[in-house]
Amino acid sequence: MGTLFVDLDQRDDPWISIEGEQPVPDGVDVIVSLDIFQSQREELLARNDGRIGVYLEPLEPVSAIAGDLDRLSVVALNFPSFADGTSFSKARQLRDAHGFEGEVRGVGDVRIDQIGHMQRCGFNAFVVENDATIAALSKGDNPALHLHYQPAADETKTGPGAKRWARRALD
Amino acid sequence: MYRYDEFDHEFVESRVAQFRDQVARRVSGELSEDNFKPIRLQNGVYLQLHAYMLRVAVPYGTLNSQQMRMLAHIARKYDRDYGHFTTRQNIQFNWPKLEDIPDILADLASVEMHAIQTSGNCIRNVTADHFAGASADEIADPRPYAEILRQWSTVHPEFLFLPRKFKIAVIGAGVDRAAMQFHDIGLEVKRNAADELGFGVFIGGGLGRTPMVAKQVRDFVAEADLLSYCEAILRVYNLSGRRDNKYKARIKILVHETGIDELKQQIEAEFERIREGVLKLPDEDVRSIEAYFAAPAFEELPNESAKLEAAQAADPGFARWVGRNVSAHKAPGYAIVTVALKGTGEAPGDATSAQMDVLAGLGEAYSFDELRVSHEQNVILPHVRLDDLKAVYDALLAHGMASANAGLITDIIACPGLDYCALATARSIPVAQEISQRFSDLDRQNEIGELKLKISGCINACGHHHAGHIGILGVEKRGEELYQVTLGGSGDETAAIGEIIGRGFASDEITNAVETLVDTYLARRLSDDETFLEAYRRMGPAPFKEALYPPAPATEAA
Ligand code: SF4
Repeated sequence: MGTLFVDLDQRDDPWISIEGEQPVPDGVDVIVSLDIFQSQREELLARNDGRIGVYLEPLEPVSAIAGDLDRLSVVALNFPSFADGTSFSKARQLRDAHGFEGEVRGVGDVRIDQIGHMQRCGFNAFVVENDATIAALSKGDNPALHLHYQPAADETKTGPGAKRWARRALD
Repeated sequence: MYRYDEFDHEFVESRVAQFRDQVARRVSGELSEDNFKPIRLQNGVYLQLHAYMLRVAVPYGTLNSQQMRMLAHIARKYDRDYGHFTTRQNIQFNWPKLEDIPDILADLASVEMHAIQTSGNCIRNVTADHFAGASADEIADPRPYAEILRQWSTVHPEFLFLPRKFKIAVIGAGVDRAAMQFHDIGLEVKRNAADELGFGVFIGGGLGRTPMVAKQVRDFVAEADLLSYCEAILRVYNLSGRRDNKYKARIKILVHETGIDELKQQIEAEFERIREGVLKLPDEDVRSIEAYFAAPAFEELPNESAKLEAAQAADPGFARWVGRNVSAHKAPGYAIVTVALKGTGEAPGDATSAQMDVLAGLGEAYSFDELRVSHEQNVILPHVRLDDLKAVYDALLAHGMASANAGLITDIIACPGLDYCALATARSIPVAQEISQRFSDLDRQNEIGELKLKISGCINACGHHHAGHIGILGVEKRGEELYQVTLGGSGDETAAIGEIIGRGFASDEITNAVETLVDTYLARRLSDDETFLEAYRRMGPAPFKEALYPPAPATEAA
């Protein structure tokens, strides 16, 4: 179980994660695995008492849920290890290619030194297990540099005199 | 050359401050080595066999004299008075103390240098033709594009944790001096039928365990689309590259397993989606970066120099050096000088602080304050007046840097190998030194002609052995060092991977084996003009095999 931060503020997590054979309970917000989503898609999308999110492993492509994104409130992208950066690109696909406006949360091996990069790729929520990271975020520490050479999913932030392609956000 | 603006300065300085804090936390024990490792790697700090090693980027191999002097200062103050120029246009310091590294980085930042992304699974220092902006055969200077790529790839949030390291090279001429086809992305600046600038794009080249020549993915990408096209390639790779096995994680394996046609479709689809977006390069932005690389104010000079001719006539050693180490410049009356850091018996690519200071001085006095580092581990003075060549030569001679062997058999590329590197399976520097001694006679070297010999101390191939006309790979077998020989590799525009010729040689046999190969070539070449590589391509491995492994004499039946 991790600690949820939304926009770097600690929150209670209203979402219940459903994996494997577990039945999907009514009346609550659930994040289901891609397997469950695909096998119970009709029932899940027909539900009107609780929101739905989907959890994707690195190798489960965004295209598998692309057609249903307007019905989903959360997409959770896993970092099985901090060194596996697949989900950075998937967040960008969600935001840039599909215009997804719901919550994109990073889960798994989320570490403080990566939070800033994740935000720039479109993540706005994190479920953190790493103690040092929880401690730092709780104190409001985020060591990310605030100078960027290139636009990412955060391309609306513009620095003074910036070239478009070399956006130098000074936020 | 490129000069930092306020933003670049602030960026690099805040990065140094960030790392200083992280090192302090490591030294105090607050950060474990495990947690510190990804951080130090992103700042170019490796843990070697005996000590930490710091790898400093020399973006696209271009330096000014002040920067070269700073490298000398660092070698003197924090290291054992020398540095090692690598095959990626970087310089490595082998003996810094961890506590000193933040100060070294601060010193580097003061002359607009850094060690960002010189290691780790990210986009590495972008390399370029070391004759860029000077060579007579150039279509356009590749460095403005390399600089644009440097900016775009620096701490790109999406691409810091790729499946594996990612190397980009840019060339600006039809002749490839940067081994472009052995990079993850290779870009060749060219003009299309409408005379517009753009790039031929190659992907999936690389050396290492599974060497591959890159495949062309696009004949022409417009200049304005440079970043969109590269970002599309990187995104497809980051999403689909293998992470289950680090030996299969480079983009070359993805190209190989997915097929270039299928992969190209994915890249093109992503490119189409983003090409009209923020990454599209406005013409005025490209031109403003280009302005940093404007040619220096060359004098109008005749294309010949009586002074040079007289000096050559008077000094045969100088004449020989001019013949080997001086290349044609695009401006009349100027030449490009290759300073071979390959004196007889020296470790390839090593330079002492005193040598670096001399090079800095020569760059300042004779080359418009510019120096280059080549992937062949040499230093280049790109803009020298023909009239000044003798003065440059004399100064180099006085400091042991006038080897007239550029492109010859003793202009060896060798990685650090077992003398320094934690991954090594064999030594490579002593092998290079012995071969260099055996062939030290310059007459003999010149008789042999162009021959690229490259040595790696393990399968990772930092010494580019697959791309050597003669390649040597050190392996370990039953506790002994054994050297495997490959033939016919090439890193130029006719890129090829060398073929393994047969069983390996012990360390006391390898120099003899090289000599046998050379003698076989000399005996069988069609003329003095046929190079080793050409002769090998004509004859194939058979005569070389026969010479190296003579069949045992048949015993007569009774
Ligand atoms: S080839 Fe091997 S031994 Fe040589 S530097 Fe690279 S990793 Fe080290």
